[in-house]
Amino acid sequence: MTTTNDPPAKGQDGRDRSLPVIANPSRRTAVKGAFATLGAAAFVAAVSPLRQAAQRSSAAEFMQSHYKRLTDEEKRQVIERLEAEAKENHGVEVEIADDRPIPGTKFVYAINLSVCNGNGKCVEACHKENNHDRSTGQSYIRVLEMPKGTMDMEQGNTTYSGVVPKDDKFYLPVQCQQCDEPPCVDVCPVKATWKEEDGIVVVDYNWCIGCRYCEAACPYHARRFNWKQAEIPAEEINPDQSYLSNRIRPVGVVEKCTYCLHRTRRGKLPACLEACPTGARVFGNILDPDSNIRWILENKRVYILKEELGTKPAFFYYFD
Amino acid sequence: MSSTTAILTSDDHRSDESHLLSYPRFLKRILYLATEGSFGFYAWMTALTAVTLVGANAWANQVAGGMIGTNMTDHVSWGLYIANFTFCVGLAAGGVMMVIPAYLYDDEDMHKVVIVGETVAIAAIVMCTLSVIVDLGRPDRFWHMIPGLGEFNWPMSMLTWDVIVLNGYLLINLHVVGYLLYMRYLGRKPDPKWYIPFVFLSIFWAISIHTVTAFLYCGLGGRPFWNTALLAPRFLASAFVSGPAFIILVMRVMRLTTGYTAPVGPARTLIQIIRVAMVVNLVMLASEIFTLFYTGGGHASAANYLFFGAHGHNGLVPWIWSAIALNLLGTFLFFLPSAMERSTVRIVACLCCIVGIWIEKGMGLIIPGFIPSTLHEIVEYTPSLIEWKVTLGIWAFGMLILTVLIKLVTSVFTGQVSSKEPTAMS
Repeated sequence: MTTTNDPPAKGQDGRDRSLPVIANPSRRTAVKGAFATLGAAAFVAAVSPLRQAAQRSSAAEFMQSHYKRLTDEEKRQVIERLEAEAKENHGVEVEIADDRPIPGTKFVYAINLSVCNGNGKCVEACHKENNHDRSTGQSYIRVLEMPKGTMDMEQGNTTYSGVVPKDDKFYLPVQCQQCDEPPCVDVCPVKATWKEEDGIVVVDYNWCIGCRYCEAACPYHARRFNWKQAEIPAEEINPDQSYLSNRIRPVGVVEKCTYCLHRTRRGKLPACLEACPTGARVFGNILDPDSNIRWILENKRVYILKEELGTKPAFFYYFD
Repeated sequence: MSSTTAILTSDDHRSDESHLLSYPRFLKRILYLATEGSFGFYAWMTALTAVTLVGANAWANQVAGGMIGTNMTDHVSWGLYIANFTFCVGLAAGGVMMVIPAYLYDDEDMHKVVIVGETVAIAAIVMCTLSVIVDLGRPDRFWHMIPGLGEFNWPMSMLTWDVIVLNGYLLINLHVVGYLLYMRYLGRKPDPKWYIPFVFLSIFWAISIHTVTAFLYCGLGGRPFWNTALLAPRFLASAFVSGPAFIILVMRVMRLTTGYTAPVGPARTLIQIIRVAMVVNLVMLASEIFTLFYTGGGHASAANYLFFGAHGHNGLVPWIWSAIALNLLGTFLFFLPSAMERSTVRIVACLCCIVGIWIEKGMGLIIPGFIPSTLHEIVEYTPSLIEWKVTLGIWAFGMLILTVLIKLVTSVFTGQVSSKEPTAMS
C-alpha cells in the first residue's frame, strides 16, 4: 500500500472534523466506554427473545447424544424426559417406545393406481396418527389428481376438490419412498437421518439441526419441517408413540413418514393403509415369499416413481 | 484519527520480546486504533451497529417463535438466507483474483493492495457462516456438526465439505493478513516461508470454496434446475466479477475516507479480469438457456417459471430480468474506456454487476430450484420482513468487520501504528 498524499489532507473538506469531545483523549475514552456499554446492553436486549427459546429446552436435551450412541439406560432416561415434557406441554399421558426393526424384515409398500379414487382418507389418517400440527393440516402423504394418459406429474394437481373419482382422472398418492439409495441420508451433515435394517428411513428429532438440506435433496417431497411447535388438542393426541416416529416433534427439525414403525414393527399395518376404503394399499415384508406384497410385485405391472434418478424406492405403484 | 496516535504507539517493544507477548499487544493496539476516527466514521459505525442489532433481534424472534416467521415453506425450503450465503461465498472467492496477479504474475502494484482482497474475503466468510447459522432450525444444536463432539457426515455430505473449506479459507486469510500486518508493524521484512505457502494454498482454496458450494446444489438429482455441470464454472465466473467489483468499491471508499491512494494498476487489472469473467458468465448463461429451452420438457419447467412465469405465477420474473439487465449494463459500462479511469462509470458498473449477480445467484438460482417443487407444485416465495432484517443485519455486521479490518490495514501500512517509531501526526 502506498501513501501518495502524506499527511492525509484533513479538515479542508470537513471529512475529518471532529466533535470537541472526540478531540479530547480522556473524555473520548470515557465516551467510547459509555457507547460500548450501551452497545452491549442493546445487544442483550436485542437477543432477549432467545431466553424464551431457552426455556423451552432443558440442559439434558441440549446435552443429549446421538440416538445410536445412547446406552439403554440413557435411552430410558431420554424417553422418560420426553414423556414428562409431553405431559407438561401438551397435558397428556403418552407412552413412547423404542421400536427396533424385526430381524428378517424388509418393509415395502405398493399402491394399486387402478383402484385408488383420491378420497384422501390416507392423508387424514396420517395427520392424526402421527400427531401433526392441526393448524397447518400437515401430513406425510400428498395425492396428485392426474389426467388419464400421462405419468408426467407436471400435469397433476394436489389441490383438487369436488366429488372423486372424476371420470377423466386417476389418483397418485405420494409419500416417503424409503429409498434404498436415499439422497436425503447422504446429504445430512450430522447423520441425524439414516436407513434402518428393515428399510425404513428415520430421523432422530433430537439430533437434527434443521438445515433442511434433506428437504432439498428428496425428489419425492417426502420431508417436512417443523416451522412452528405442533399444536394439538390434548384429547386428539395419539398417545401410542415411538421415539423414531410419531412422538410430538420439537420445533425446528425435519420429520418424515416412517411407515408407521410404531405400528408396523409391532405387527400392525400403517395407519394410511387401515384408513383406505378402496383397498388400494398393500404393505408387507418383501423377504416373506408368501406375502401379498411379494405376489403383487411378481405378477402385476409395477411402476416406480422417478426410477431414472437411481434412488431405488421401496415403494411401488401397480395397475390391474 | 490523528490526535491520539502518539498514545497508541508508545515505544514499548523490545526486539528480544516473545511474539507471544508482542502479538497480542499488537492486536490490542490496532483494535484500539480501529475505534478511533472522525465524526463520519462514528456515524457509519453506529449506523452499522444499529442495523446489526435490528438483525440480531429479528433472528432472536425467529428462534423464539419458530421459522414460521420466515416465508419459507416445505416447498421452498431454502430462501433469502441461502441465497445470500451463495453470493457471499462468491465474494470471498473473488479476492483470489488479486492474489493470482500479485503472486503468480509478480505484479508489484497488486502486491501492495492484495491484502484488501484478503480482508474482503474474511468479512465475506463471516457473512457466509452467519447466513447458514440463521437458516438453522436448531442453532442450539450447532455443536452436532463439530467433528469429534458431534457426528460429522464427511465425506458423504457436501455440507460438511463446505464447512471445512469455508473455515479453512477463513483461517488461511486470517493468518496471511495477520502475519503481514504484524511484520509491517514490527518493521521487519515478512519471511516468505511463513506466508507464501499459505498464499498459494489460498489460491486453490478460493476455487474450492465456490466449487464445493456449487456441488451442494448441482449434486441433487431431484432438482433438475440445479443438476447441471455448468453450475460450478458459472459460480466461479460470476464470483470473479462480483469479488473484484466489490474490492474496487472498497478501494474507492478507502481513497475517499482514509486519504491515501492505491496505485492505478491493480484496479485496471481487476477490470480486465471482470471483463473476461463477465463475458464468460454471460456465454454460459446463454448456453444454459439454449439447452433448457431448446430441449424443453420437464427440465425447462423451473426456467420457464423463472424467466416467463408459469400457470399464472410469475413472482421471480421481475427479479431475473432485473438481474440480466443489470449484468448487461454493468458489462457494457466495464468495456467503456472510462471504466479504466477513476470515474463514476467504474463505480456504477461495479454496483450494477454486484446487484445483478446477487440476484442471479440468489433469487434467480436458489429459489427457482424449488419452483416447481419435486411433485411439480408451484408455491411461490418472497422473503418475509424477518428474513430481510436478518439478512441486512448480516451485511451490516460484515461491513462492520470489513471497516475495522480496513482501518487496521491502513493504520499499519501508513505507519500510524508501529512498534518501532511512534509517529505522532497531530
